Order: sequence, then C-alpha cells, then structure tokens
Amino acid sequence: MVERIKMPELPVERRLKSFDEVALGYSEEMARVEASRCLQCKNPPCVKACPLNVNIPAFIRHVREGNYEKAAEIIRSSNCLPVITGRVCPYERQCESACTLGKKGEPVSINALERFISDWELSRGFCIPAKIPEKTKGKKVAIVGSGPAGISAAERLALEGYEVSIFEALHMPGGVPLYGIPEFKLPKDVLLKGLKFLDELDVEILTNVVIGRTLTLNDLLSDGYDAIFLAIGANYPLSLGIPGENLCGVYFASEFLMRINLMRAYKFPHESDTPISVYGHVVVVGGGDVAIDVARCAVRLGADSVTILYRRTEKEMPARKVEVRRAREEGVHFSFLSQPIEFIGDENGRVKAIKCIKMELGPPDETGRRRPIPIPGSEFIVDADTVIVAIGQTVNPLALRGFPHIKLSKKGTIVVDPETLETTYSGIFAGGDAVTGSSTVAMAMSTGRKAAHFIIRHLSR
Amino acid sequence: MESYMLRWGEMPFKIISKKKLAEKIKMIEIEAPLVARSAMPGQFVIIRVDQRGERIPLTIVDWNPSRGTITLVFREIGLTTMKLGRRRVGEEILDVVGPLGNPSQVLNYDRVCMIGEGVRISSLYPRLKYLKKCGSHTVVIAYAKSGDEIIMEDEISRLSDEYYVVTSDGTRGFKGTAAITLHNLLKESKMKVEVVLAVGSPLMLRSIAAVTKRYQIRTIADLSPIMLDGLGMCGCCRVIVGNEVKFACIDGPEFDAHLVDYDNLISRMKMYRSEEQLSLKIHMGG
Ligand SMILES: Cc1cc2nc3c(=O)[nH]c(=O)nc-3n(C[C@H](O)[C@H](O)[C@H](O)COP(=O)(O)OP(=O)(O)OC[C@H]3O[C@@H](n4cnc5c(N)ncnc54)[C@H](O)[C@@H]3O)c2cc1C
Ligand SMILES: Cc1cc2nc3c(=O)[nH]c(=O)nc-3n(C[C@H](O)[C@H](O)[C@H](O)COP(=O)(O)OP(=O)(O)OC[C@H]3O[C@@H](n4cnc5c(N)ncnc54)[C@H](O)[C@@H]3O)c2cc1C
Ligand code: FES
Repeated sequence: MVERIKMPELPVERRLKSFDEVALGYSEEMARVEASRCLQCKNPPCVKACPLNVNIPAFIRHVREGNYEKAAEIIRSSNCLPVITGRVCPYERQCESACTLGKKGEPVSINALERFISDWELSRGFCIPAKIPEKTKGKKVAIVGSGPAGISAAERLALEGYEVSIFEALHMPGGVPLYGIPEFKLPKDVLLKGLKFLDELDVEILTNVVIGRTLTLNDLLSDGYDAIFLAIGANYPLSLGIPGENLCGVYFASEFLMRINLMRAYKFPHESDTPISVYGHVVVVGGGDVAIDVARCAVRLGADSVTILYRRTEKEMPARKVEVRRAREEGVHFSFLSQPIEFIGDENGRVKAIKCIKMELGPPDETGRRRPIPIPGSEFIVDADTVIVAIGQTVNPLALRGFPHIKLSKKGTIVVDPETLETTYSGIFAGGDAVTGSSTVAMAMSTGRKAAHFIIRHLSR
Repeated sequence: MESYMLRWGEMPFKIISKKKLAEKIKMIEIEAPLVARSAMPGQFVIIRVDQRGERIPLTIVDWNPSRGTITLVFREIGLTTMKLGRRRVGEEILDVVGPLGNPSQVLNYDRVCMIGEGVRISSLYPRLKYLKKCGSHTVVIAYAKSGDEIIMEDEISRLSDEYYVVTSDGTRGFKGTAAITLHNLLKESKMKVEVVLAVGSPLMLRSIAAVTKRYQIRTIADLSPIMLDGLGMCGCCRVIVGNEVKFACIDGPEFDAHLVDYDNLISRMKMYRSEEQLSLKIHMGG
C-alpha cells in the first residue's frame, strides 16, 4: 500500500519572517501517486461528507489518468471556488473523515488533490465556462456580500441566465477569505485570480456599496431586483467584556486581520500605508482557528513571544490540529485553562499585563465539551505588550437598517426557513455565516448554492 | 440607478473642483453619485487614495445629488491627507464609501449651539444648512488656533443666527478657548439653547462637556477615533461611553458628551503616532 503523500511545506525558518504560503502544493508526480491511492468506492462516503458533494472519486480518477481538464470540470460543477476550499477546508472533519482508507490507515489527501487541480487551472489562465450564459430569464437578483456564500449563489444564478449584481461594502470582493484568512494560508493574488470567472459570467461586482447605508434593501426592491440573497457573513467582533479591553495594544482579531490581510499592514511603511502595532510579548485569547491564524501572523510581525491563552485544554480546542502543529513549529506557546479577567495598562494607556484566572474542567456543556470553571483565588499576571482577542464573531445587522421585516434569532443570526433559506420577507433569502453563525467556507458555499436553487424556484413561480 | 453603478476596479471617484481654504486646509468636490443620493448631515465617507493607501474617514460637508458629487474638507496632517491634497482636478481616487455613521442627533432641535474647531468647523456646515431649512435658531462658535484657520466663514455665518469667532492667539474674534466663550455666553444668560454639539479635538470636547454639565444642557460630541472599515466589522473605532463600549462608526459618531471617556479616546488616537511619523518621513521626506 502506498503511503499518503505529505503536503510539502515551507521550512520553518523561512516562515518566521515572511507571509509566504506555507503549504506548497503537490507536484504533478505527487498528485498522480496520491490519486492512485483512492479505492474508487462504489458508494463513496467522502462525497456525502463533503458539504458541496463534489464527486470526489470521479475527479481523482481523472487526476490519476492525467486528465486534469476533466477533473477540473467535475470539481467546478459542484464547487466554483476550489482555489479557496483546496487551501483552507478543514478536510479532516469533512470529506477525508469519511474516506474508506482512513478506517485502517491514512485517508486519501483529497484536499491536496483539489488544490492541485485548482493550481493547474490557474496556471493556464482560468477555466472559462464552456458557454457563457445569456441573460435569458429577464430577471435580476441582488446579492449582498461577496464572500463564499454570495459568490457561489451568484455563479449558479448567472449560469441559469439571471442577471446578478453583488454588492460589497469593502473595497475588494472575497469576504473573509480576502480580509480574514492570512496570506500564508491563502495568497490574495491567488484568491483574486480565482474570482475572475465571475467576470466571464458577467456577474457585476459593486464594491464600496454598503447595504443599509449607501442603499437600503427597500432601494434594491424598488430598483427592480426580483430577489435578494443576504450573504453578509458574521463579522461583528465579540468582546470579553472585561475591564481594560479598550486599552491601546488590545486588538480584536477582526481588526488585526483586516489590517494585515485587507490593508497589507505587514508591508508598512514601504508598500502599504496602514500601520499595525505589534511588538514584545503578544498574547492571543481564544482557541479556534482564528486565534491560531492571529498568533501565526504575530510571529511573522516580529513579536518577541506569542502565547495563546485558552480557557479549556488542548483536547477541547476547536482549532485544526494541522494548524496547531504549524503554529507550534513557528514558536507559538499555549497556556491552557487560563482566562483573562482584566487588562492592565501603563501610564500611556497601553496594555502591559493581563490578570488571568486558572480554570478547571467541570461537567460537559451544551456543546458536549467540558465547561471551564474558575478556581477561586488562582489569579495570576501575564506580561503582555500586545493582546489580540479572538473569541468569535456574530452577525453585523447593518444591511437590515431601515428594513424591519427580517427577523433575527436570539443569537443575532438571520432567521430563515431551513428548507428554502427564505427569510421572513418573501423574495429575500439568506445564507452563509449570516444564518449559521461562524462556519466554514464549504458550508457557506453549500448554503449559497441551495439558496440559488430556491431563488430560481421562487422566480419561476 | 444603474448608470451610477461601476464595477470593481474602475475608478469613478473623480475630483471635480478643488480649493485651498487655509494653509494646509483643502476643500474638494468629488464624484460619488450613490453617496450624494443618500447623505444626511453628520455622516461621513471613508476614502482610499491609491492601491497602497490607508482607509480614512472624512465628514461629508456638502453634497449635490443632481451633479452626483460630495464635498470634503480636510487638513493635510499626515500621509493620506497629504496624498489627497496633491490630487489635482480631473484626477481620481480609488475608493469612496458611504454615507457612514448615523445622521446627526441635533437635526430635530429648535435652538442649537454648535462648536467647531479648526478644519472641523466645516463639519458644522451640513447640520447648519439642514437646521436653517427647518427654521431652527442656530448659534455657531468657530474656534481655531489662529484667525486664518477660521474657514468657510461666509457660508457659515450666513446660515447662523448668532456667529462667534474665537482664536487662542487672539488674531480674530475673542481670544481664548471655545469652552470659555461658551461659558461666558451661558453665564450671562445671553444664549438659550436646548442642545450643544461640538466637533474637534477630544481635549476641546472634554472642556465643552465640563461647561455644559454645569448648566445641565444636553451636549453631543462628534467623535473622531481612528477607523478602519467604518462598517462595524473591526472594532478599531471603539470608544467608552457611560462605561459601555460603543463602535463610533455604527453607533455614532455622535455620543452624549457627558458620558464619553476622553482619556481613553485620546490615548487610542495616539496609538500609531510613531508609525504615522515614520511613513510621513519615508514618503514625503518631512
Ligand atoms: C480568521 C478566519 C479564518 C478562517 N479560516 C477558515 C478556514 O481555514 N477554513 C474554512 O473553511 N473557514 C474558515 N473561516 C470561516 C470562513 O471564512 C467563513 O465561514 C466564510 O467566509 C463565510 O462565508 P460568507 O459568504 O457567509 O461570509 P463572509 O465571508 O463573511 O462574507 C460576507 C461579506 O459580506 C459583506 N457585507 C457585510 N455586510 C454588508 C453590507 N451591509 N453591505 C454590503 N456588503 C456587506 C462583508 O464585507 C463580506 O465581504 C475562517 C474565518 C475567519 C474569520
Ligand atoms: C467620523 C470622522 C470624521 C472625520 N472628518 C474629518 C474631516 O471632515 N476633515 C478632516 O480633516 N479630518 C476628519 N477626520 C479626521 C481624519 O480622518 C484624520 O485626520 C485622517 O485620518 C488623518 O490621516 P493621515 O494619514 O493624513 O494622517 P495620519 O498621519 O495617519 O494621522 C494623523 C492623526 O489623525 C488621526 N488619524 C489617523 N488615522 C485615522 C483614521 N483612520 N481615522 C481617524 N483618525 C485618524 C490620528 O489621531 C493621528 O494623530 C475625521 C475622523 C472621523 C473618525
Ligand atoms: S471602524 Fe471598524 S468597527 Fe468601526
């Protein structure tokens, strides 16, 4: 039995100072060998475990045979953003978790093969849909938000002959993959090349338009859009709500990542005008993928030390194992069972230390993970010159301003009919993180495709 | 609406006219039809001059929906405002997004006193224009370090029922501070107002708030923390108001002046002082 081919990685010493991509991708040779490991199951469990139900055995068969164009076509029919998913999917929880080979040994490296095909496509310009659809339906759909959910809905609708406009509040399209996920996981020039197909499909992307401010949902309806898809993500940062959170040097992960990814602050001052203030002992609060991304960025920005504080133990940490491993290689420290209770500032209003409390694990909570409980009297102080709070995001309801007809849940997410993804206002649908709360790119895309399906049904009635 | 829409990557934000109002203070009229269509007094835009550029907020001082333009007034204080100041008529900038923030809270009052400092005197103009149309009584205190920085004097004095000039060096109007002037006006009961609005440095805002607190007059501070997206997504602009954390870009930028934590605002506004000076030195040689 051939062993799973390891993803080649940038050597650690070259990662410490640069934002260059860490996972380097398979060579053609590696891809062919890895593809040959696939058992080609009759009833492939991986397809069901993929949120987008990509026909995995079929595309892998074509990789094995060197028929990359066919492989690309198969992926593309279920997933228009392999450029993103092939790099950032938590595959160990999705497709690869179900791989038959994984029952005894190591699963097929499906994700790396998807990335191989996507890179191959990009290297020869871009895969243009065989036939550019004509706008035959005479109907227009407005999509709010240009993240994975919005883009995948746009693709489906455009292919079916609808006129599609995507409204994006920021100055560039892409959503969190653009401004949240760091360059070393997903290079931005690769991402933007991967969005070019929207041009070919004649999807209009209108940046710098804030729905709820520049235009309201009412404006869109009265300007003749026949349906609207809300794909606004979950991008309002949650705070710890403890004293000192407003000190200088305390960032929310969202600001930290936006400065780095959207504004390229790591190239300040020579190639970017946007500064970032990261130095000394950097402490990151949280235990998810965002916390890991932030910590790894801090390493690259030249921090003296980077420590992640997490209130449970490594076992409960939601972050992906491979990224935790890479973070450790890059020198990130972890302090488990620790919870900040106060940020302490110096005389200039800059953070200098964190007061924390030790936690112990109690009985499981509603997520099934053991609940952390503070140990009385166990307070301790951690030195910190920069702190980044990465404890999650919720929906930013700005888009709904002036439009009270759409209901939000107690958690702040948009309420939809789970069957059709229609909101409480007929003709307005919603999907992605805005509905599910923070999720994954592939999940967001699958809701985008589903919404497109029901929007088409709605418009054909 | 369609004809207004431009695709990503195009540069529609053309400078239509430009005027120097004072040393380092410029006024530009810029094409931004969608913003012009829905702007309200007190709102702002975020602009980005070029590809490598920073996003900075500037108040929408005036707008003309039929021409599809907005007017901005800014002080060349750092790299981005200097780059903007160097753009010539007919040239374009990369991004303008807005209108952002909430419309001003003073628009429904009958008797309003408004105080502006330096370049931010211009931020009073749209509010004044609106209030005048509604027939409100308006008092304006225009404050600056020196007389030549009292900008937009004709436009503003014409729209105000009472108009006072204060400079700290005494080159124009009263010599002193805006807070002292306000205090004198209130003390002599010369001025009867329901609400006071102030826009300028946090130091001035704090001293104004201290004065009006004594007279128990509702007071609104238009805050200018550092911003990034202006959309409520990053938390960069957070300010403490009455012990609560607020995002100035979506909850403000106006807040109850008596509840703002000015020390925190001041230190957060200085957060990038050394970086700002560095980039200015590298790119402008100054
Ligand atoms: C730091 C970070 C790292 C992550 N890493 C991974 C990973 O490795 N793998 C993975 O699968 N997932 C990852 N995720 C999660 C993933 O990015 C999201 O689940 C996914 O992007 C959600 O897609 P979406 O289209 O619903 O929303 P988003 O990607 O959030 O896009 C929403 C878009 O809507 C725009 N918008 C919002 N309001 C308005 C408005 N009023 N008007 C106009 N436009 C508006 C926003 O600007 C944004 O561009 C990560 C998330 C973060 C924050
Ligand atoms: C809602 C709002 C409305 C504003 N309206 C006006 C206006 O009408 N006219 C005007 O001249 N100025 C206005 N400002 C201030 C203006 O945004 C800053 O002067 C500008 O960002 C300076 O950028 P710079 O690169 O030229 O200078 P920098 O060298 O970056 O900074 C100089 C000073 O400006 C402040 N500043 C820097 N970056 C920002 C930022 N992104 N956001 C806010 N402040 C920042 C800092 O406190 C710094 O001390 C407004 C600010 C806000 C928040
Ligand atoms: S500027 Fe980002 S939240 Fe206000």
